[in-house]
Amino acid sequence: MKKKHKLVSYAKWGYIFIAPFFIVYAVAALWPLISTFYYSFFEYREQGLNTVGPNFVGLKNYVDLFTTSSYINNGTNQLFICLKNTMIMWILGAVPQFVFSLLLAVIFTSARLRIKGQRFFKTVIYMPNLIMAASFALLFFAIFSPIGPINQIMMNSGGEQILFFQRPLSARLLVAGVNFLMWFGNTTILLMAGIMGIDQSLFEAASIDGATSIQVFGRITMPLLMPIMVYVAITSLIGGLQMFDVPQILTNRGQPNNTCKTLIIFLNGYISGNRNYGVAGAISVLIFIVTGILSLIVYKTMVTNPDKPKKKAKKGV
Amino acid sequence: MGTTYNTTGETKSSKIQTNAARIFSYIFLIFVTFLSLFPMFLLLVNSTRSHMQLSQPGNFSLLPSTYFVNNIKLATAGGGLTRGLLNSFIVAAGASVLSTYFSAMTAYGVHVYDFKLKKFAFNFIMVVMMIPTQISAIGFIKMVNGWKLNNTFWPLIIPAIAAPAVFFYMKQYIEGALPMEVIEAARVDGASEFRTFNTISLPMIFPAMAVQLIFAFTSAWNNYFIPSLILDKNNVKTVPILIATLRSDVASGGSAGDWGKVYMTVLIAIIPVVIVYIFVSKHIVGGVALGAVKG
Repeated sequence: MKKKHKLVSYAKWGYIFIAPFFIVYAVAALWPLISTFYYSFFEYREQGLNTVGPNFVGLKNYVDLFTTSSYINNGTNQLFICLKNTMIMWILGAVPQFVFSLLLAVIFTSARLRIKGQRFFKTVIYMPNLIMAASFALLFFAIFSPIGPINQIMMNSGGEQILFFQRPLSARLLVAGVNFLMWFGNTTILLMAGIMGIDQSLFEAASIDGATSIQVFGRITMPLLMPIMVYVAITSLIGGLQMFDVPQILTNRGQPNNTCKTLIIFLNGYISGNRNYGVAGAISVLIFIVTGILSLIVYKTMVTNPDKPKKKAKKGV
Repeated sequence: MGTTYNTTGETKSSKIQTNAARIFSYIFLIFVTFLSLFPMFLLLVNSTRSHMQLSQPGNFSLLPSTYFVNNIKLATAGGGLTRGLLNSFIVAAGASVLSTYFSAMTAYGVHVYDFKLKKFAFNFIMVVMMIPTQISAIGFIKMVNGWKLNNTFWPLIIPAIAAPAVFFYMKQYIEGALPMEVIEAARVDGASEFRTFNTISLPMIFPAMAVQLIFAFTSAWNNYFIPSLILDKNNVKTVPILIATLRSDVASGGSAGDWGKVYMTVLIAIIPVVIVYIFVSKHIVGGVALGAVKG
């Protein structure tokens, strides 16, 4: 008996503790994911009160998405238009987001600068991240509306009224602007954590050797920050591909002329109202694949990059 | 912040450089502060102004007006928004409590116990963490409708039990905050495994639970995509769905549109989160990094 007591195994408790998570995940996430993939091979849609299918059609939904005229707009494929729009708006928001965040992270962590009031600044720049994207979008719609505060300010100072939501560039910039505002504080904090994780003795050694701030940044901070930069870039890209709330509400489902229509807005068109399980499934699978490929590309390019700043810095010395 | 090295032996020119850099830094910080706060400032000011004041050219002002209470009445007229706030609260409270408790439980299970599938369980959650929820939306909606759960809150609350990101955060925190000795001591004292978890371990990871409760509450409160596909009856709509319908009211220029109501509704939608954030921002800002980066 004593021996048995000693060998008591707690393994079963491990399974018991993780069971609720895995059961719920299997039912509420994994099964829907599998069935989404499954439906993508079927003609299966609601038509008013009737349901068509499910009839197995193989890859027809996929082929249709690339070839059939109903998915083609002005000679270009809807799917490509939406992917292009999504990427343009992501880049317009993410590039300034990275520049601002990197600059802010360096400013906050600099021992030389000893910035005061850090708590206040961090609190303020992170706040937009917690605000409802839908309400942020509606607020920006109000502020930039034809009679909104921005147009009023411009007209008062002798400028012309701008219909921001009828021009593709300004509409896209506003979507990107909201995303930028919502996320640069978050990115700053992640990059700060990365910089503070760097061995401080490296900075000390560089300082003793008389390195300039730019040299320290280019040859110590940047290369050692690369893994976190990769992480932040990938999560930002995956988040960008999911862009929905902001363009949906800010630009009324991707107007003007579908220039702000994102992949998820496109997908949403087949899920809300008359559902088309087959086509929605096929679009979902394609977004899944695109997400995977783009993440891989960002990962590859950023992982091979660390050598470049080093080489450049050497030339400069 | 916590950086320690000192620039000993600064020369005069490097001191000037440092001061210039410092001035630039403060200007930049003030600029980003302005960027973050100006929309909020316009929101506050305009929520005190009437539709007439907001919709006629030449009436622009940065000073508050006197229609604040009137706009509250307009925004809450008909009870739709009040009902929406209650609905949002039920969903967000339910989802955040479940995801925090069960994520802690899962993280505890993976951390404390040794079992064959332990590594697999952890890696599995890490991989699925990256899969966007929208991708399985059509399958999820089909299932919800099949079970006749559309226009109920269950499909928005129960799935919160499996929240990979919350699990990851909890796992990170438990590794640093929960020594195995404590659990072994509880066992020696004869506590059951569940009792050890609920009454001894959970209090020790309370700070992490609190941070995640707020994060989970906020993300459920702000969620729009899935709720908009499940809730279409007026009495179950959540705040983001109401926000989305307001846009078309004002954009169409019809009589239903009222800019004062728009600003006030946005203000009411975000104010609970902003108030909570102001009180606990220190822990929130500190918590962001822990959930994401592993050195």
